[in-house]
Parts: sequence; structure tokens; C-alpha cells
Amino acid sequence: MKTPLIASGLILAAGMASADTPVLTIYTYDSFTSDWGPGPAVEAAFEETCGCDLQFVGAGDGASLLARLRLEGDSTDADIVLGLDTNLIAAARETGLFADHGVDASNLTLPVAWQDDQFLPFDWGYFAFIHDTDMQNVPTSFTELAESDARIVIQDPRSSTPGLGLLMWVKYVYGDAAEAVWEALADNIVTVTPGWSEAYGLFLEGEADMVLSYTTSPAYHLIAEEDDTRTAALFDAGHYLQIEVAAMVEGSDHADLARDFLAFMLTPAFQSVIPTTNWMYPAALPASDLPEGFDTLIQPQPGLIFTPEEAAALRDEALEEWRAALSQ
Amino acid sequence: MARSAQPVGISAWAGAAVAALVLTVIAVPLGAVMLRADASSGLGPADWAAVRFTVGQAFLSALFSVGLAIPVARALARRNFRGRSALIALMGAPFILPVIVAVLGLLTVFGRQGALSEILRLFGLPGVEIYGLHGVVLAHVFFNLPLAVRLILQGWLAIPVERFRLAATLGFSSRDIGRHMERPMLRNVLPGAFLVIFLICTTSFAVALTLGGGPRATTVELAIYQAFLFDFDLGRAALLGVVQVAICVIAGVFVLWVATPNAIGTGLDQPVERWDGQSRAARLLDGAFITAAALFLLLPLTAVVLRGAGAIATMPPSIWVAALRSIALSLVTASVAVGMALPMAMLIARGRARGFLETIGALSIAVSPLVIGTGLFLILRPIAGPTDMALPVTGLVNALAALPFVLRALVPAVEQAEAGYGRVALSLGLSGPNYLRHVLLPRLRRPLGFGAGLAAALSMGDLGVITLFAAPQQGTLPLEMYRLMGSYRTDDAQGAALLLLVLSLAIFWIFDRGGRVNAAV
Repeated sequence: MKTPLIASGLILAAGMASADTPVLTIYTYDSFTSDWGPGPAVEAAFEETCGCDLQFVGAGDGASLLARLRLEGDSTDADIVLGLDTNLIAAARETGLFADHGVDASNLTLPVAWQDDQFLPFDWGYFAFIHDTDMQNVPTSFTELAESDARIVIQDPRSSTPGLGLLMWVKYVYGDAAEAVWEALADNIVTVTPGWSEAYGLFLEGEADMVLSYTTSPAYHLIAEEDDTRTAALFDAGHYLQIEVAAMVEGSDHADLARDFLAFMLTPAFQSVIPTTNWMYPAALPASDLPEGFDTLIQPQPGLIFTPEEAAALRDEALEEWRAALSQ
Repeated sequence: MARSAQPVGISAWAGAAVAALVLTVIAVPLGAVMLRADASSGLGPADWAAVRFTVGQAFLSALFSVGLAIPVARALARRNFRGRSALIALMGAPFILPVIVAVLGLLTVFGRQGALSEILRLFGLPGVEIYGLHGVVLAHVFFNLPLAVRLILQGWLAIPVERFRLAATLGFSSRDIGRHMERPMLRNVLPGAFLVIFLICTTSFAVALTLGGGPRATTVELAIYQAFLFDFDLGRAALLGVVQVAICVIAGVFVLWVATPNAIGTGLDQPVERWDGQSRAARLLDGAFITAAALFLLLPLTAVVLRGAGAIATMPPSIWVAALRSIALSLVTASVAVGMALPMAMLIARGRARGFLETIGALSIAVSPLVIGTGLFLILRPIAGPTDMALPVTGLVNALAALPFVLRALVPAVEQAEAGYGRVALSLGLSGPNYLRHVLLPRLRRPLGFGAGLAAALSMGDLGVITLFAAPQQGTLPLEMYRLMGSYRTDDAQGAALLLLVLSLAIFWIFDRGGRVNAAV
């Protein structure tokens, strides 16, 4: 009996809001909008100045976000899509659903140069293998990892963003030799999970010595749990980057408001929320403004990344190599 | 004879209407996804490998679940001890747990640092390695053994006590009882139980991949995820959805060909009391089976409880709100599922197009929630906003997903009631609502309670289609739990898992208890 009441209450509230203020609809991934994610703080800060009602719509992860947008096509309700990453940009651009943002992006603090008329970064991170600080002989490359008897858990690139990031990382460093590297890694891989949560859960459970995650993961344990026993392994060849972006939808009813939001996204009011809610690096905030604890994280050199077009072109081949190597 | 004893009435039409609804809710979304598809690459060798792995692991999982359930159900049917009904209820818990919680619970026993490995190491033996096909089967047995035990136990308890009394008078041994009474019952019950579990395992995705150890363990459901999310190839996703339907239909036809109609006969509805199996050896054997099953199912659950207990008081408030939402949803699901299952079960019991109907009833577990959800999304979006429909759609889809289980529980009981009392009722001029009220429903209380409880509990734990529709403020308890896990908040997630476990069990227990008139189970 409660459900219809709650639902009609929500509809009523939404209706009342839209009567006098414009509603800016942002599609994003689920964890961005949760109570403990960046969503609530970002919403409050933007609504203070915009004279609008900002509404988030959560849609699974980055890949489901893009799928949802493709399903809806031109008739989408979204004004902004926030939470795609560089591996999804090429496919997203191809839909023709996005407009140029026209926002000055000169204050970006990414470790690589960024130039894109439609997609604007809001945070980023390095992929890395997380391990306990008491682990012996921590590998410094994929080949060392393959030679060691360390047990690792990774994510499936077909259903998980970090999994796809790892695929690209190995491809970037080893090129045509990637398949051989995967074959050598096969006996280190305890299992492949559908998503990040399962893999990280298995690692915390002691099923593996290392898990694929981000260099910022130890910051969570340190800051939120006061646990300094987790750290990330530094690989000499550099670490692959994940850059998360937002873009405004072509034909949005609130184009000016959407552009205002994208500009707001690169200000400290938005950026300073990111580190301890999304546990990633903010895309436009100097390192000196990061919270205490982030200075303890490893600093990979260099940050590696394919352009969206390269990533799209390499993806299927890299996946086939991965599958062939690990299916034996 | 009994089949024609009751005239085809409203209930038959209702049954046919439900069957049509089920077909529509599955076929139309599949069609909608296909229509929306652009050029599709069709099915490649990797997809066929996924089909082979899916069917293979599902077959083994169902075989072991049902095979192990027989001695456990038999032991539970002939023993009476303190806490027996609590044990039976508790043992059902794995079936309703979210996958990741159950897997982490299993690892506390079978993992690298699990109890079993620790014990083996004490004796200088290597620890166990759970990852591989055996791990997948082990986890599926963990999930489905309780269901198999319950379904088979229902069959045992449906053998009229008069039969056992007669058997005792005739001096039947346990073996004689097995041959003349139990085996025909098993022949009737096992194929259906096997089919249901086989189909559940064919849609497995996270368990198979996580414990399977790598891309070898790719199931059709994962191939659908890949087609949809990675390649955005809707045509292939829908084709794979059709493959799932085909697997279900083939398995359904095969199982119905093996199954025989119930030939047990009826008695006077009294609690089962057994005179056989009282020897020391039989008692020990039964005790061993019950203990082994209880340990296997309850140890991992205990781990879930112990971990969650510390966090449950400090969870974010959104979890409690989500829990309320989940309870409301599960009540709706239970009533819709039972409302659909009863007329359908009556129609099936009449023997009209039985195989066809049973297969339709089973379809809804075999078809990917992702494909159905996407199809419904495409159909409903032009009509109303997805968030407005999140809970109604989830309720309907959950009810459909629970339908096969409720049917499994209801059909044998309806068949028996009709076979035993249909003619008497006819001779007394009882028909329509009176027949339903005075003859059928009193005899269906137990399976109805069981079915409603199962539907409600399944709905509590199911992630299902809500992910496609829900707004951030509309999450159900399992969805919130996954959100917590996805944000490093393992402790809170474990608290949420415990809450989910407790609520699911409580709701199942209340329904099931309400259905047990004579407290024999």
C-alpha cells in the first residue's frame, strides 16, 4: 500500500518543482547518485546558484548509461550525460546525440593533454593492482607478475569498465605481444568477475594477493577506515588512465543551463567533492588541494591512454586475444 | 475420469488468460528488442561455446541438486525432531540470497582462507581450489538444493498416511515402501524439480563467471550482456534470448516425456506418520544426511550473519527506506504470482495441453531479465516515464519469475485434490466457487503458503529489471546493497545483506506457516 503513495508523492513533488523552475536532467551511473556518492553535494551546490531543479537519473554503470541513451535516441529526456569514459567516447560520439560544450577547459589538471569539443572530463584515475602492504616481491611489470606466483583477480572486459581498462593497458604496453602476455598471466588469474564489486570483495576475502582497481583505492581504506595496510603496485612502464567525462545532449530544452552545469563541473565546488566521494582524482583541482591522505598514494609515470578512436579500433581485436589466451 | 468431472468454467478461462499473458510478456519484449535492432552480426562460435557451457553446467547443477535432495528430503519426511520446521525454513535461505552475498558466504567455507582449507592444512594437505566447473556446480547446488528438498518433500508429504498405515499392516519393509509408494511419487515429482533447477542455472551469470575462473565459463546470459552493453548489438541480444527460450522448450518437452502422471491416490488428509525406517541404521543414515545438508547450507549463512551483525545498526538510512520498499514489492509480487498460478495450475491439472502450459509456466525463469527489461523499456517509454513504472514493472516481472516455482508447488496438489475429490464433489453438486472454497483451497493451503512465501522471498532478493527503471531514490534493498558494495562500503553492504536475509526468511516463514494447517512440515 505504501508504494503507490510514495510514488504519487514523488510525482507530485516533481510536478510542483517543474511548474516554476526548469528541471535539468542528468543521466549518470548509479554510484554517482547514491547518498554517499558525489551526487547530493553536487546537486545542492549547483541548485544554490542555478535557479533550477537538478535531477539525477541513475542507469547502472557507464556502459549501461550509453546503452540507455542509445535506446532512447533523439527522444531522450537527458540534458546531460555524466559518467562515460574514454573507452566509450567513440561509440557515444557516433550516436550524434551530443552537442559541443563550448566550455573553457584550460584549467584541467589531467596528467595528459585533453582536447575534445563535446566531452569534458570531470575526474580520472590510474588503474593499478591493489595488494596488502605485507606482500613480498611485489611485481613491477606484467611480465614480472606473470613469472611470479601471485594470485590476482580481474574483471571481465565485456561487462566491466576496469576490466576493459586492463585490456587496453596490456595492449598499450605490449602491442602485438599482448596475447602472449595474457597467456603467461593465465595461471596467475584466480578468476574473472563480472564487475568491480565482486573482484574487490574476493580480494578483501583473501582469495587473491592482488586485485585490479585504482591507485586511489588505498585512499578509501586510509581516510574512511583508518586502515593503512592496502597499497597499489607501481608498474615501471606506466599505468593506463581512466578519464570520466560528461557531455550535453544536442537539442536539450535547457542548453544554457546544461552549459552552465558543465562550466560549474570544473569549479572547486564540484571538483573538491570528488576525491572522498567518488574516490578518484578531480579533473580540475591542483594536487595541493587534495585531501590529506592522497599524498601517500603512488605516483605512476607516465599515464598511458589511447585516443577514443584508437581504443575503439583496437577493442575487438584485444578482446579476442584476451579470450583466446584465457580460454585454454 | 476426474479430469472431466468439473466443467470448464471461469477458472479454466482464467488459466488460459494467464498463460496468454505470460507468453505475451515474454514474446512481445523479445520482439520489441528485435525490431529496434540494426544490422546484427548473428551468432558466432563464441556464442555457441557459451550455449554449450550453459547447458552443460546447468545439467550437472540440476543433477547434483536433485540427486542430493532425495535422501535429504526422505530423511526429513520420516524423522521428527525438535527444531525440524525451523531447520527446513532456514535451509531455504540460500535460494533467496543475492548472488554475491552467497558467493562470499561460500568462500568462508570453501575459499582459499576458508574453514575447509584451514582444516586440510592442519593435516598438511593442500587447500581446496573452488574456481572451475566444480565451483560453479557447488555454488548452484548451494542455491538450489533447498528448493529441490522442498519440492521433493512436498511430494513425500502428499503420500496419504493411509497408504503408510496399509503398508505397515501388510508388513512392508522400507524397500517395499520404496518400490510401491516412493518411487512412483519420485517419478512424478523429480522431472519437474529437475526442470526448474536446470532452467534457473541456465540464466546464471555472476556465479558462473566468478567461480568459473575465466572466459571459459561464459554463459548465454553473459553473452547477452556483452551483445547489449559492449557491442550494442540488439539483434544478437534478442537472438540469444530466443536461444534461451529454445533451451527451455527442449528441456521442457524432454522432461514431460519422462514424467508420468501422479498415480498415488488420495487419503483423508492426515499428517504423515511412518512405521518403517525405525532401524538403528536407518536412523543414523537419515541423521547423517540431515546433518551434512544442514552444515553445507548453514555454515556459509552463519558467516553472512556474523559479518552483517556488526554493521546493521550503523547503516545509512536509505537502506531502511529501501527495505520498506522491498517489503511492499514482495507482497505485491506474492499476491500477483499466486493469483496467476492458481487458475493455471487448475487448468494444467485438468490435463488440457498440459505440456504446453507447463513449458509456458517455466519460460519466465529461462529468459534473460536483461532482454525482457530492455523490451519492456522500449515498449513502455513512449507511454510513461520509466521511473514512474519502476515498481509496477518490477512487481509484474518478479511475479512472472516466481510463477514456475508456485506452479511446481501447486500442480501436484491440485491434481491430487481433483483426482481424489472431484467425483465426490460432482456427485454433491459442488462446483465453481463452492468447489474452490470447500474442496480445493483447503487442500492447497500448504502449497499456496509455500508458493506465496517463495514468491515474496524471491522478490525480496531479486535485482531483476529494476536496475533499468529505478531512479536513484527508488532502489530496492538488493539494489542498495550492490550500490554500497560498488563504493567500497563492504561493511554497510554486509549489514544490508543480513537485513535482506532476515526479511526474506521472515516473510517466507509467515506465508509458509500460514499455509501449514497441521504443522507436520
